[in-house]
Amino acid sequence: MNPGDLLPLLVAVPLLAAAVPLALAIWSRRLARLATGGVLVGQTALAAAIAWFVATGDPIAYVVGGIPAAFGIGLLADRLSAALALLVAAVALAVLASDRTAHGGAYYGLWLLLVAGLSGVVVTADVFNLYVFLEISGLAAYALVAAARGPGAALAALKYLLVGTVGATLYLLGVGYAYVATGTLAMADLATALAAAGHDSTLVVAAFALMVTGLSVKVALFPLHGWKPDAYAAAPPAVAAALAALGSTVAAYAVVRIVFGVFTPAFLDAVPVARTGLLAAAAVSVVAGGLLALRATDARRLLAYSSVSQFGLVAVGVALATPLAVTGALVALVGHAVAKGGLFVVAGALARDGDLRTVGDYAGLARRQPVVAALVAVLAVSLVGLPPTVGFAAKWYLALGAVEAGAWAAAGLVVASTLLSLAYAGRLVERCYVAPDASERAVATDGGRERAAPAADAAPVDTRVVVVAGLAAVAVLALGFGSTALADWFAPVLEGWL
Amino acid sequence: MIDLVGAATWLPHVGYVLLVAIGLFVLVNDENLVKKIVGLNIFQTGIFLFFITSAYRTGGRAPLVSEPGPYVNPLPQVLILTAIVVGVSVTGVALALIVRLYDAYGTLREDVIRDLRAAEAREDGAPTPATDGGVREEDPA
Repeated sequence: MNPGDLLPLLVAVPLLAAAVPLALAIWSRRLARLATGGVLVGQTALAAAIAWFVATGDPIAYVVGGIPAAFGIGLLADRLSAALALLVAAVALAVLASDRTAHGGAYYGLWLLLVAGLSGVVVTADVFNLYVFLEISGLAAYALVAAARGPGAALAALKYLLVGTVGATLYLLGVGYAYVATGTLAMADLATALAAAGHDSTLVVAAFALMVTGLSVKVALFPLHGWKPDAYAAAPPAVAAALAALGSTVAAYAVVRIVFGVFTPAFLDAVPVARTGLLAAAAVSVVAGGLLALRATDARRLLAYSSVSQFGLVAVGVALATPLAVTGALVALVGHAVAKGGLFVVAGALARDGDLRTVGDYAGLARRQPVVAALVAVLAVSLVGLPPTVGFAAKWYLALGAVEAGAWAAAGLVVASTLLSLAYAGRLVERCYVAPDASERAVATDGGRERAAPAADAAPVDTRVVVVAGLAAVAVLALGFGSTALADWFAPVLEGWL
Repeated sequence: MIDLVGAATWLPHVGYVLLVAIGLFVLVNDENLVKKIVGLNIFQTGIFLFFITSAYRTGGRAPLVSEPGPYVNPLPQVLILTAIVVGVSVTGVALALIVRLYDAYGTLREDVIRDLRAAEAREDGAPTPATDGGVREEDPA
């Protein structure tokens, strides 16, 4: 069998299987949950097989319906796409397994649609299909956020929908400009056609600005991040974890793919203002996200603001566009997804089972639930970027790349971001280990209102949650120790670009 | 100098810019949630118009193989058919969410919902004002 034939299955399997839990839930919600898990196990195996084919051979491509790539719908998996597809499938499976609640059929159907959309974004080789897959994953995400009880979730989901749709539509407008300039939508053809059209032509620059701005909304770079904390804090715990780990990560992958695969580094050289603009947005994101995280009282909002800061770092790597810096950006992308996913799994479970919502509520957690507190600490250390975690490796490559490029301001920014993240993640860990037990005093929450402290004997966190967060912590350490392997994995892709 | 004879080629561009601007303005400025969705739709329609304009050619016909050419470019039209489907789905999800909000708060105005939620948070001092699914009795509109 041709390995290329596996590619469309990566999208088609979860897309078609999305109807299965819907039907099964009529009989049993547990059955629907089991079937969803089964599909995701298959999806993970599929993604692993594709990664294996890509690792042992060349990137694999597939053209849907046999129509030539310039007109038809192309799919492509290089090492970057394959790694992201595996990440999407594995994280979606792990997060689903961490949730003991049996939801309705629609919930699991949407879960699979989310996976289909995200997988589509990472394997598509066509800028318009990227838009369609972005919207499939977006629609599933809006509906999943609204799956939580109460009107607050609906309001957060609506906000997310309005902002997300404007972002995706701006991206679509950028695709329109690129099409008018070149007459093609296939990424590989666009790379040469855009150069032929002239990188500094107004049409091409406008296309770049619109596409990257549109995707930045989905990545949630400052000041386009407003939807993120609300959506993550209001969503059901598992949904918040899946979106925090995958949603912005896949959008950031799309930025990387568009900047290097479509516009190419030659564009950044030809239009210095594009690079400066991206770098400025990244710097503002890093600092503003960090400061907002520092001020946040709700643990999940803190983590959401921390994502704004972390994706700013990814954008720094993209804007620098040297092999080392982009390696750093890609390692940061993967490392952040694992660490933030694990933290959200824990934070969601603590909020649901123990009613621990604010950072203050975490006080004394290490005494009551030492394992959970240790996992929070390990994952937080990766966010800060201390050795031996993957977060350290990412920042190391980024800082080296910045120094190598002579961008001292960017290098300073990477170091400053470590201090900022040390401050906000340190707050979380300090609460867990040093602060007096929350059960001994009343806690003032963000609104300045007093409420009863959570019971000291709050229900211990579900074992599934501990196992999944433990896996995330192990992954963060393993990727940290194996960071050179991860960098080597991405190296052939980067050689093709830079 | 503006070529009035060729107005057919640039007028749609003016329309596209106007629709995008009006749509975004309504989306940002209006407090009524349904009108926000209307604004979103106008914004998207403007961008659809831009794509269709790019497919235009003088004397072009509908691209049917049974008809003689020259044809207008069919590709942008196909893309926009897809984008329209996406737009309809987004509108559907958005309206479903608004129905839920109306059930809970009895209003479509975002500012009123914001005030109600703030008041709710003050009253019961609950950690998350989001967790009650109860229908509000008073209609402030």
